[in-house]
Amino acid sequence: MLREVIIFSFGGQGGVTAARILALAAVKDGMYAQAIPQFGAERRGSLVRSYLRLSDAPIRRHSSIREADVVSVFAEKILNIVNVGDVLKKDGFVIINSEKGGDYCINASEIALNLNLVSAGWPIVNTAMAGAMAKVLGIQEKSVTEAIRETFSEKLAESNARAAEIAYREVHECQ
Amino acid sequence: MSSVTSVRTIMTGNQAVAEAVRLARTEVIAAYPITPQTVIVEKLAEMVDSGLLDAEFIRVESEHSALAAVYGSAVAGKRSFTATSSHGLLYMYEMVWWVANARVPLVMTVVTRTIGPPWNIHTDHTDLLTMRDSGWIIAMAENVQEAFDLTIQGFRISEEVSLPYTAGMDAFQLSHTSEVVDIPPQQLIDEFLPERKQSYVFGDEAFTVGCIGPNEYTAKLRKDTFETLKSAEKVVDKVSKEYREITGRDCGLYEEYRLDDAEYAVVMMGAWSGDAKDAIDILRKDNLPVGLLKLRYVRPMPYRSIQKLLDGKQVLVLDRDCSMGAGGVLGMEIRNCVEATNVIAGIGGVDVGVDDFIKIFRMFSEGKLEVEKNGVYWY
Repeated sequence: MLREVIIFSFGGQGGVTAARILALAAVKDGMYAQAIPQFGAERRGSLVRSYLRLSDAPIRRHSSIREADVVSVFAEKILNIVNVGDVLKKDGFVIINSEKGGDYCINASEIALNLNLVSAGWPIVNTAMAGAMAKVLGIQEKSVTEAIRETFSEKLAESNARAAEIAYREVHECQ
Repeated sequence: MSSVTSVRTIMTGNQAVAEAVRLARTEVIAAYPITPQTVIVEKLAEMVDSGLLDAEFIRVESEHSALAAVYGSAVAGKRSFTATSSHGLLYMYEMVWWVANARVPLVMTVVTRTIGPPWNIHTDHTDLLTMRDSGWIIAMAENVQEAFDLTIQGFRISEEVSLPYTAGMDAFQLSHTSEVVDIPPQQLIDEFLPERKQSYVFGDEAFTVGCIGPNEYTAKLRKDTFETLKSAEKVVDKVSKEYREITGRDCGLYEEYRLDDAEYAVVMMGAWSGDAKDAIDILRKDNLPVGLLKLRYVRPMPYRSIQKLLDGKQVLVLDRDCSMGAGGVLGMEIRNCVEATNVIAGIGGVDVGVDDFIKIFRMFSEGKLEVEKNGVYWY
């Protein structure tokens, strides 16, 4: 079965990397996966859209995702500029870095700050969000932490893998 | 089948092409950066710098010089590679013809990108197809795996027929998209791709390559290139079969997808062919007998096989390119063999997905894409 995910993030939050980590993790689980960055608008602070496809069969399509099964929102403020309902299937759900505003909630900013995952004053939430999304998407925790260790240099790998572990455990249905 | 196994991972198209160039033991690389191709040569520069690839990396000031540099190294007998896109390709256009007319084997990746203005970094195929008449062997990948596979085979084919080889892949949809790819081990590539052979020997005496000659000589050389490129069909066929034996993957001149019993046949190439396959599966469940002939090569173009495969079917050719004043380039090509309806779509990187193909194929089957004879329908 094909599942399609849209990630909304601000440039610098690591949305593109999160999609790639989850694709690699899914492959480790024996699935097929595809991560597509939407190019043209990546600038620090601007809204960035990334796509992730997961399937038990080879993925052939390469177009963008118009209606997703899952939408991941990396910052609450994104809800002010994007109507998530426009790109979400009727039975789809939302994972958000917040305590409210979606179906599944995770305080990824707090996890990142506690682990000192900060760049130019911003918490880098991508690995915590990847952990939370992995849990909800049914990807094994071990696979996502392995994918993170392969993505980052040794210095950054441990804290990022830790962020994913914590988020994997703490993601919950929103209040 | 070898006992050494492939490694399954995810890579972007750009990474996979760089990996193919490394595994091919390429000896000389020259390139000038242009989005979305830049990552290929960045990766190769890193590989050369770290010693992972034992090659000469020549930095140049333009695309014209990039192809001129690898022209020189290929003439001298070294396995050579470059890559470009869109305006970079147009800037090296003089050398594109020069290397083909000089019968120099080398490989170039073209990450297909719209030609401006307006300024646009997204995919269409018009840039690649400006090479159509030049004498290059021209392939086009559907996915990251094919971009890898075609690059490896490109060196074999190019060196066997002494003509330059290009493999196109769509900007971003392949170049920057991470997807599953199986990378064969070095040993397997080495068995498939022998050391580069030179078709002539450098003796003690100096000689000139590309010197002036009588007009009749030029005419004879052109005819020879023409015939070689035509007969390269057999070489592509042979090499792709050998490659299939070691990897299990087909990479021949074209791919048939649910074509055999199809009443409606779609012809196209590139990354969006995958979306078309998904659309075909959906329409088949609705009992619409539609199938696909995906082209992997534009040159050589296997006209006879295409005619045979499409005979008796209603044919729709989808172009992501345009020959101004005429129509889609593939549309014109296929109309050499059979009558066909021609649709142009996805120009300038406009997103065309599964739902669009369902709509286009339905319209076609209902006779709603009618245009005047040899006309073109803009979707």
